[in-house]
Amino acid sequence: MNKASTHGHRPQPLPDVALRVKALEALLLEKGLIATDAVNKVVEAYENDIGPLNGAKVVARAWVDPTYKERLLKDATSAIAELGFSGMQGEHMVVVENTDKVHNMVVCTLCSCYPWPVLGLPPVWYKAPAYRSRAVIEPRAVLREFGLELPDTCEIRVWDSSAELRYMVLPRRPAGTEGMSEERLAKLVTRESMIGVGEAKTPNKGRKVA
Amino acid sequence: MNGVHDLGGMHGFGAVQVEPNEPVFHHPWEKKVFGIMVATMAQGMYNVDEFRFGIEQMIPADYLKSSYYEHWLESVQKNLIDKGVIKRSELEAKLRSLQRSGRVTVPRRRDPALAQRLIEIAHKGDNYMREPVPARFKSGDRVRPRNINPPTHTRLPRYVRGKTGVIDCLRGTFVTPDTNAIGKGEQPQPVYSVRFNAADLWGEPVERNELVYIDMWEAYLEPA
Repeated sequence: MNKASTHGHRPQPLPDVALRVKALEALLLEKGLIATDAVNKVVEAYENDIGPLNGAKVVARAWVDPTYKERLLKDATSAIAELGFSGMQGEHMVVVENTDKVHNMVVCTLCSCYPWPVLGLPPVWYKAPAYRSRAVIEPRAVLREFGLELPDTCEIRVWDSSAELRYMVLPRRPAGTEGMSEERLAKLVTRESMIGVGEAKTPNKGRKVA
Repeated sequence: MNGVHDLGGMHGFGAVQVEPNEPVFHHPWEKKVFGIMVATMAQGMYNVDEFRFGIEQMIPADYLKSSYYEHWLESVQKNLIDKGVIKRSELEAKLRSLQRSGRVTVPRRRDPALAQRLIEIAHKGDNYMREPVPARFKSGDRVRPRNINPPTHTRLPRYVRGKTGVIDCLRGTFVTPDTNAIGKGEQPQPVYSVRFNAADLWGEPVERNELVYIDMWEAYLEPA
């Protein structure tokens, strides 16, 4: 069917999976087992409120406050909860620290386990076979694809989230960030750096720092 | 189970493909699947281990060629049917009637109390830790994950079975997924963080300065 024939705005048939979802949804609604507002509210929470900006705040706090960082590395669940983040798929948190000698990466080879309260829902690549299969056997090659080249002297630790512990990486604080506010620092923390496939951004030189 | 989901160390999947600025959900139906899964699991219709096991039981070729939230749909359906919450026949009848009618409106039903409860659960989570039981191993112990091959759910991937590692630390006492996924109860036991050298995992003579840390239930391990 070419583009011209759809200009009559006849609705396209739903793909098979969308129809199957509607059938399940309709059945569960009719049986009073779910509710439209309940489903929508949960979706909205993970689309809008719960995401990597949470984790970035945790990282920025750890960068500026050494006692917070100590608490974070000792009991991540409690320290993260101090900032108001907690919940599903983050009940048992572990934060692992990058140094100039150690670089950490997080994966779930068996499915897609990921620390939702601090990073939100995982990106497609994290859940797909390529990352899940290769992170444990060739981490350096995977990092290279993400643009991160680490010397052989740097130890790479790959954390396979096989149980209910959820891992977040504390990336290294970039150079040239002395005196920056927590809010500014948080903007440098990328999702990739907290999964461990990248590093935090360096601040723009020559741009006015807000 | 030795399913295709057990991907650690497999070859052939090519480069990691990153979509820049990808949306949280790519289609409206994905949002519905996500919401339905949270709503049904949070109400206790099935547990998270049963949910994961449901995905693992997909036909391998279907698992690999379908998208992530299609896996969720398959498992939610399977679990709801297995638990008797819905019947396969009524689901199929509903699908046929939607296909025939061409109008795909679903009823709207409001339940503010349920909506509130789900948000609370999202922010509170579950708790998989249980009262501590005596731990067999301690930090520094050399251990070997056993060569077990259960046809049912396990969180012991094939790539570590029979390889030698070292206990890094005790994580706590947790619900056992192998039993919890098949109606055999929580049977909590110690979980350890175990570290492996890349050379020991992949059989290479050269030390690569790479380690894999993985969380293991005590029953998975024997002294090495």
